[in-house]
Amino acid sequence: MSLPGYNFAYLDEQTKRMIRRALLKAVAIPGYQVPFASREMPLAYGWGTGGMQVTAAVIGPHDVLKVIDQGADDTTNAVSIRRFFALTAGVRTTERTAEATIIQTRHRIPETPLTAAQILVYQVPQPEPLRKLEPRETETRRMHALADYGLMHVKLYEDIARHGRITLSYDYPVLVNGRHVMAPSPIPSFDNPKMHRSPALQLFGAGREKRIYAVPPYTSVESLAFEDHPFHPWKANEACGLCGATDSYLDEVVVDDRGGRLFVCSDTDHCTTRRAAGHRGAAAGHALAGAGE
Amino acid sequence: MSDAPLLSVRELTVRFGRTLAVDRASFELWPGEVLAIVGESGSGKTSLLRAVHGDLPADGGCVQYRLDDGALVALDELPEPMRRQLARTQWGFVHQNPRDGLRMAISAGGNVGERLMAAGARHWGRIRAEATEWLRRVEIDPARIDDPPRTYSGGMQQRLQIARVLVTRPRLVLMDEPTGGLDVSVQARLLDLIRRLVSDLGLSAVIVTHDLAVARLLADRMLVMQGGRIVEAGLTDQVLDDPQHPYSQLLVSSVLQA
Amino acid sequence: MSEPLLAVEGLSKEFTLHLQGGVRLPVLRGVSLTVRAGECVALTGPSGAGKSTLMRALYGNYLPGRGRILVRHHGRLVDLAAASPREIVAVRRETVGYVSQFLRVIPRVPARAIVAEPLRAAGMDAAASEREAERLLARLNLPQRLWSLPPATFSGGEQQRVNLARGFAFPYPVMLVDEPTASLDPANAEVAVGLIQEAKARGAAIVGIFHDADVRRAVATREHPVVPLAAAA
Repeated sequence: MSLPGYNFAYLDEQTKRMIRRALLKAVAIPGYQVPFASREMPLAYGWGTGGMQVTAAVIGPHDVLKVIDQGADDTTNAVSIRRFFALTAGVRTTERTAEATIIQTRHRIPETPLTAAQILVYQVPQPEPLRKLEPRETETRRMHALADYGLMHVKLYEDIARHGRITLSYDYPVLVNGRHVMAPSPIPSFDNPKMHRSPALQLFGAGREKRIYAVPPYTSVESLAFEDHPFHPWKANEACGLCGATDSYLDEVVVDDRGGRLFVCSDTDHCTTRRAAGHRGAAAGHALAGAGE
Repeated sequence: MSDAPLLSVRELTVRFGRTLAVDRASFELWPGEVLAIVGESGSGKTSLLRAVHGDLPADGGCVQYRLDDGALVALDELPEPMRRQLARTQWGFVHQNPRDGLRMAISAGGNVGERLMAAGARHWGRIRAEATEWLRRVEIDPARIDDPPRTYSGGMQQRLQIARVLVTRPRLVLMDEPTGGLDVSVQARLLDLIRRLVSDLGLSAVIVTHDLAVARLLADRMLVMQGGRIVEAGLTDQVLDDPQHPYSQLLVSSVLQA
Repeated sequence: MSEPLLAVEGLSKEFTLHLQGGVRLPVLRGVSLTVRAGECVALTGPSGAGKSTLMRALYGNYLPGRGRILVRHHGRLVDLAAASPREIVAVRRETVGYVSQFLRVIPRVPARAIVAEPLRAAGMDAAASEREAERLLARLNLPQRLWSLPPATFSGGEQQRVNLARGFAFPYPVMLVDEPTASLDPANAEVAVGLIQEAKARGAAIVGIFHDADVRRAVATREHPVVPLAAAA
């Protein structure tokens, strides 16, 4: 049941229709940033208001919602947003990627491959990939309109000149459908390949910047690079201390006051699922694993 | 000598409100030719140059350019993507203030490479090699390729701007007071460099300057502008040594002899 | 008799000084002159008679008022008095050379490159044109250590020799020579005379101003008096 006194999923129906129209346009032009009339949400800009508005516009009573923040289901932001929709839309929530029909995310794509029955909603702080290079909005819009993307490669050129390789490890720019350069939001470059030809619908909401964009299912998403410096998704060269996974994105966690540290899966659901299946890492049984063990 | 002009400007007019900045200016530029536009501040020479480049909307007249295939096209009828494509490959614009033509926070190599990357170059090593070569050509130590231009002197910045423009081998370069704001000794070096590059690359160029010595050194032909109008046009040394229009005579006689 | 390479017909020139209230200064009136291959015509007349003005008009440097200046360029006659600036540039590149009294120095450009420039402009490759430049500079006794320096700091005589070398580097069919020996010592004046003689021998049509009577006698095939208009009136 939803909260009495509020419309289903908080936003009024007019607003949801406005957002859905923006979403339709975004799906029709993959990677193109569609302006929309971003609303005030009952939390501050920068806490996922863009993603919440997109979720509110697409969610229905039978959806199952999962919310992650940096891959974790149990951080404050993820818990708050999940509870927000449980209250205002009365939907079932889950921490299991495979069970969810809508996954709202901040800074990660789940390790479990997504399906055509799922929608991934990204929270985006800065939707304009060219912004740091070209501060003028009129100019960046024109650059997108004319596919004038030399400047984007200048940034990568600089990185290689300075460090010998592309050091950009998150919010790594991509070319969508061979046409628009897009900011994938601050996900690690490790996740970039998951966007390419994903069966799931990917929607992006930037509340403060008032932009919505999308990658429809099975759309080409190519990370920018040079012929002689190809794209390399970055990942710590370690295994998860808890579940032993070597193919997942790892967070480095400081565990005591003596500089002790531990690499663990950033995707908590992935890690939990693996441990439940009997996988064990070098630090299995550590307090970080929670009460479950 | 080609008989077809590369650039043809017809009755170009630019208004700022009620002021006529450029009044029905017409001229042609042939391949390999350098044309100087001289006149005092406010004579409309920079406005004319910017209107030719498409930075200022024209209030009348047209600018025609000959494409590689020989077709003469009116620039205001070209679709914007094509005009931009021309502007970043076949045309170059050198600003008086290098800050307007460079990205000050990006390394010299990135500045020179940008036009290559915009034109589709995607091989880092080759872009770098080309940038190195161009720094050398404009007499900048290639060891400074990774330094941003804000660490460069004014003369070096201006040379870097020229390298950035010439790297795509444009056919037409428009320069707005390229030596303005530089010390005299630095000016001489830059002028010599421009002179050499223009002749080595067979560039066509339009150079706006208030300095008649610059016009004499670089230009085959020149236009004298006053109050938005072209009052005299001709061979550079003829206009300077035997000026016909009262204003040209005033301009020539006002130069201090060093 | 060979075809004339240069034919001046009824040339007039007057200057209008707009800054002096539009005063008109007539300098040349009805000048006619024909020069054939192998001829060297010396312009004579007192200072201020208009000899230099005539030379400059022949080079397209001064705008003629009336009359025609016909030059044989690539086998056809071009009227410099009516030619477009681009045609004049082309004629200067390959047909009409001008050796002026003073060198217009270009900052930072070494003497060798200044001399080689007309050859390069006419299409010769860099190495060959520099070799030819060096040959001429050596012949004019310019010390070798100066070849790679810009001539701005050279003495008057040294600059004049660079100028001569530049003027004679390319074998123009028509040559205009204004006081080629003015600041030269006798030995170098001798070299200059030699250069002019060789140009005549290869069939150039030359118009010159030679104040030095010995030089004039040595090179001129005939004289053409230029009469001051005030005296003529």
